[in-house]
Amino acid sequence: MATYVFVEEENGGPSTLGLELLAKARELEEVTVIYVGSGSDDAFAELGSHGATSVIHFDAGDRLPAAPVAEALGDRVGSEDVILFGQAYTDRDVAGRLAARLGVGVLSNAFDVQQTGGGVETSHEILGGTQIATAAATQGPFLVLIRPKSFAAEPLGGGTPTVDEIAMPAAGSSEATVTASQAEEREGPQLGDAKIVVSGGRGLGSAEAYDLVESLGKTLGAATGATRAIVDSGWVPYAKQVGQTGKTVKPDVYIACGISGAMQHLVGMKDSKTIIAINKDPDAPIFSLADLGVIGDVHNVMPKLIEALQAR
Amino acid sequence: MNVVVCVKQIPDPATPYTLEDGTNWLVRPEEQILDDGDRYGVEIGLQIAQANEGTVTLVSMGPAGNGQGIRQALAMGADKAVLIEDDTLRGADALTTARALAAAIKNEGFDLVIAGTESTDGYSGVVPQMLAQILDIPALTYATKVEIGNGSLSIHRQTQAGYDTVEASLPALVSVTAGVVEPRYPTFKGIMDAKKKPVDEQSAGSLGVEVAVDQKVTSIADAAERAAGQKIEDEGEAHLAIVALLEDRKVI
Repeated sequence: MATYVFVEEENGGPSTLGLELLAKARELEEVTVIYVGSGSDDAFAELGSHGATSVIHFDAGDRLPAAPVAEALGDRVGSEDVILFGQAYTDRDVAGRLAARLGVGVLSNAFDVQQTGGGVETSHEILGGTQIATAAATQGPFLVLIRPKSFAAEPLGGGTPTVDEIAMPAAGSSEATVTASQAEEREGPQLGDAKIVVSGGRGLGSAEAYDLVESLGKTLGAATGATRAIVDSGWVPYAKQVGQTGKTVKPDVYIACGISGAMQHLVGMKDSKTIIAINKDPDAPIFSLADLGVIGDVHNVMPKLIEALQAR
Repeated sequence: MNVVVCVKQIPDPATPYTLEDGTNWLVRPEEQILDDGDRYGVEIGLQIAQANEGTVTLVSMGPAGNGQGIRQALAMGADKAVLIEDDTLRGADALTTARALAAAIKNEGFDLVIAGTESTDGYSGVVPQMLAQILDIPALTYATKVEIGNGSLSIHRQTQAGYDTVEASLPALVSVTAGVVEPRYPTFKGIMDAKKKPVDEQSAGSLGVEVAVDQKVTSIADAAERAAGQKIEDEGEAHLAIVALLEDRKVI
């Protein structure tokens, strides 16, 4: 029985999400990190300080990692092993392919995981976070996808882990190549770590009205987000989506503009410290968890709010 | 070119979802809608098929209900649909879903498989990747842009930092994000035509898919409720209350 944590490299080191998973995994037992990226002594030392005792390292180079990494892991993991992944892009790709290769399920969207006598038990927020479901699996290996911000990343001061360099096997007809990487220029803080998040929903009325969200965000030095409804409507890109299928945010202040509070959205933001909501519909579900609910039209309230803040 | 688009009928997300007693499965009304995010896959499938003298086949799994969601996608212009429904598939996990979809896709023949990134109602977020593994084809995921070349595919793949350009040869699977293209609205003619388009009904049995789901929901409990705060009506000055709260929280 072994515990693995999947960690993707981000900006030359382990991703924050990966370190969050390590904080949980090291409670279970000795942890091996599956590290995908170029890797460095610093990166491995950081994994060690967060509780990894060993690392298996895949340097994918210009190959899309999911298929070859899943292929290599498929030969390696045993039926009692637990592998924690984050609910994130590459994590999902590897977990999905590995599960299908092994013929086992994936426990998705968990916020906690425990080992039981015969397998694992996971906790999931469902129906907009109003209910907690406990799920159990008995046939391993156990692949668990954990939502970001479920645990706090914290170094323990552990030593340097052993590092095992793994050659990426051929992926045959599943091979794909990364020919270029583009960093998008972004102003201001990012959704995941912003102190203030301003989000917009269908109540804005049009894609153009999202400018109000951008403008308020800029004024407050906030990150901007959106509901799945307006992402699916093509008003704003997928990267801005906050919710069950999207990013989880826990800022100091969350300002929901024209957001009714569909279950889909609430899971992604309900743990914000302070929630402010502006919506025309007095019965909108968002008001049931807002610290301050303003019943009003975003087109009236937001321009005045922006002006008042700018005048300060 | 054979283009297969995976689509899903879901209960309208604007209505509160409820669970069945005992099984804890999502209650699925007779009337379901096409998952809004699937319109992008259908649109891009139609564009690629039109440019490459191809056909678009929809593949879907789940309780058929009145089939309204599938008709929505057919009305956009897809040629035909395969609908997989079977009582034994109720409560299916992502892997079982992927196995059933893969079996139907193999029967239809494919050069390109298109899926959304995750459904609105189930959102396990791993079905496209599982499908690709079972079909032994590349999975070009989270596409924000898709281009078909001569026997190949190139996409922009969403990443934490921005996007990667990813290429692979066909056959391949691509999972698309919302906004990748502008989905068309069904025309009146499209809606009328959709009523006559073939919908092939399949089951786990007919597809030879063995259903064995290991993971089970063992309990459901109420989450701790967050207390609601103050609610005020805007009579022109509500923005001042927001400013005051932001000051109180020391973020401005």
